[in-house]
Amino acid sequence: MAKVVLPLEVARAFADGETDHAVEARDVRALVRALEERFPGIAERLSRGTAVAVDGEIYQDWFLEEVRPDSEVRFLPAIEGG
Amino acid sequence: MGNEEDIGKIIDYSGREFQYIGKRTIRPDGVDKVTGRANFGADFTVNGMIHGRVVRSPHAHAKIKKINVDKALKLDGVKAVITGKDFPEIDINDKAVGEVVVSYYDMAHNIIARDKVYYDGHAVAAVAATTPDIAEKAAKLIEVEYDVLKPVMTAAQAMKKNAPVLHKHIHTAGVEPAPEKPSNVASRTEFKLGDPAAGFADADVIVEREFSTQTVHQGYIEPHACCASISADGNTNIWCSSQGQFMVRAYTAKICGMETSKVKVIPAEIGGGFGGKTVVYLEPLAVMLAKKAGRPVKMVMTRDEVLRATGPTSGGTARARIGAKKDGTIVAGELELVYEAGAYPGSPVALGCMTGFAPYDIKNVSCVGWDVLVNRPKAAAYRAPGAPVAAFGVECTLDVLAEELGMCPLELRMKNAAVEGTQAPYGVKFNRIGYKETLEAAKAHPHWSAPLGPNQGRGIASGFWFNIGGTSSAEVMVNEDGTVIVATGNPDIGGSRASMALMAAEVLGIDVARIKPLVADTESVPFSMLTGGSRVTFATGKAVIEAAQDAVNDLKRRAAKIWDVDVDQVEWENGQAVCIESTQHKPLSIAAIAAKADKTGGAISGRANINATGAGPGFGTHICDVEVDPETGYVTVLRYTAIQDVGKAIHPSYVEGQLQGGAVQGIGWALNEEYVYSEDGRLLNTGFLDYRMPVASDLPMIDTVVVEVPNPGHPYGVRGVGETPIVPPLAAVANAVSHAIGKRVTDLPLSPPRLLAVIDGK
Repeated sequence: MAKVVLPLEVARAFADGETDHAVEARDVRALVRALEERFPGIAERLSRGTAVAVDGEIYQDWFLEEVRPDSEVRFLPAIEGG
Repeated sequence: MGNEEDIGKIIDYSGREFQYIGKRTIRPDGVDKVTGRANFGADFTVNGMIHGRVVRSPHAHAKIKKINVDKALKLDGVKAVITGKDFPEIDINDKAVGEVVVSYYDMAHNIIARDKVYYDGHAVAAVAATTPDIAEKAAKLIEVEYDVLKPVMTAAQAMKKNAPVLHKHIHTAGVEPAPEKPSNVASRTEFKLGDPAAGFADADVIVEREFSTQTVHQGYIEPHACCASISADGNTNIWCSSQGQFMVRAYTAKICGMETSKVKVIPAEIGGGFGGKTVVYLEPLAVMLAKKAGRPVKMVMTRDEVLRATGPTSGGTARARIGAKKDGTIVAGELELVYEAGAYPGSPVALGCMTGFAPYDIKNVSCVGWDVLVNRPKAAAYRAPGAPVAAFGVECTLDVLAEELGMCPLELRMKNAAVEGTQAPYGVKFNRIGYKETLEAAKAHPHWSAPLGPNQGRGIASGFWFNIGGTSSAEVMVNEDGTVIVATGNPDIGGSRASMALMAAEVLGIDVARIKPLVADTESVPFSMLTGGSRVTFATGKAVIEAAQDAVNDLKRRAAKIWDVDVDQVEWENGQAVCIESTQHKPLSIAAIAAKADKTGGAISGRANINATGAGPGFGTHICDVEVDPETGYVTVLRYTAIQDVGKAIHPSYVEGQLQGGAVQGIGWALNEEYVYSEDGRLLNTGFLDYRMPVASDLPMIDTVVVEVPNPGHPYGVRGVGETPIVPPLAAVANAVSHAIGKRVTDLPLSPPRLLAVIDGK
């Protein structure tokens, strides 16, 4: 199962402060759906201004990025630029 | 079009000797710019055009009781007046989801106030008239009754228990339990890596300092300007200078309640943006005035308006704490940032938290950020948003740590430098990066070992910026004579046209002079994200490479038809199609193939629409020498060297220019620039005489060292370069000044009166 790391604020609001979770999913969309089943409302929160890093590769606007069983998936604030 | 299976394929160019990449070719936009022919935002003129003017609040915080436009409407030549009531209401929760959080509600209310004004300069009405003078007179005839409220001008004031609250609907996000009372603290952000408390417990030396910075503006030379025209059927054209024609289209359509397809944005040349033109201010006003007047409307801001009402970047405080072993190994870091967001939420404080310690391999890190509302204009992006203030805190505290340890500050950085595999404070492990290489270049540079005189000091500081990718498109069109047009959807702010042409030339194998790069309007190329985030040479460049490869595939197919051979028999070498099996076919140039395009299937082109990933982070190290006049507190920058890993410099002159420009803006931030407000919240320095930016005569030539550690995520190794160079200068200058006067300076800007007070111990 992939290791998911939530932002601290999201973890506190939805997951009793626990940032690290194991989730089985083949892509980020499926992973977020799985998180939503555990923590209702989290999908909407993660869809607002949140980027995702899958194995170190940052995707600003996540959707169908592949997730492997040994992947680490981190949700981060989206990165704007000047 | 190329074969479907070829689209998206990237050729691996690693280790290749480049034919065009890295050449200092003539700038495609150079002639028009140096001869004054280039059209900037204010240069557009349309038949029947009239002129718009904005009425702005003189108060920093007030309720709007009444707006009377009768007198203005009666003035001869006035064609339209608008207020907030002319715009569709936007739901308070209407936010753009995706790459960044954009609150359309806040955006709409920032563009033109509804029931309250939140800063000096906040737009409350706009008027359009046949001449600029009449528009100006009419603006003065619009009567606005205010109920003036007490403003909060600093984060410290705003965070006080009984401070006036700007927005009753904003409750601090990111804290649990969710607060019931509204607050000026819009959000709290936290990042944590490892066990900071244990790390500090393990430290031999702990240093902690607090630093402050002031609101500063991007300071682009060209003020915001646009011209809007609406036809009877609602089709709208907007000519404007911005960092993204698609951004202007999307935001203007949303704010004005229009369909996207009804809005066409034609990009002008841009006289600087630096992040400040990633939002809209005038365009929706011009569209609504044009709609009401039935005439095209042109609007141009004055410098006063630019400074009062367009996005500066946040002032704020940075408290940094660093724990290290005696040998200099850093074992823990802590950073607390408080940024002033301006009148609406959204300071770049989270990015500050993510970037401050990013150059270093530290196992235990804690970063907390506070986004605080104050009665100043809403902060907009500015080069590496959030990073310079965070780096100022961390890099100055590192300097203090080096002193405590008796270590060379460069060696301290070298010992703790992030490398490939280092986990950044935001959790992601770096791919191949070149931070250490910038330190090695600094150590080897003659600047680092040059002698210093009395009252002189040297500072060193480093900085990090993520760099981003994102959605980009490109079309490569082969003309009938074999010349080529490369069309993209990104305004050329820092030399992207030259970079696009060079990358296309590299793939096509033809002289770059035969390629014309085009910045296309919103109806001529598919969508691209705006020019920002140091993304264009990387992401749009990737699209250009793919589109050029797509065109090459098409050219090969046409050559195969001309020769009556299978396409597998055709290769592309040095700008020509070569038949690999038969010597009876002489190579065909692009021109030769293009000349027969009609017979082989019509026009020849290539295209690519991508969402680019693989952006490589940027790291820079700057060295600064200053001399401080102990009598006056005046700082002279004697020598400055900016060193940066750029991945691969596509056009080195532009890359060096980016490094120099970022350094100069950072020096201004450190030494002179600040918003000065009266006690009642009116901005006092609304022009460049009083808002003091460095000019060429203030500074020495900024020396640059371009380090090239290729980004594995780009076929030519490109990393973004535009933002990193503004991150180190605040600390580089402050460290140099501290060494020159023998006292630690912590508050920017280091203007003569402020520095004299430090020197005199006041």
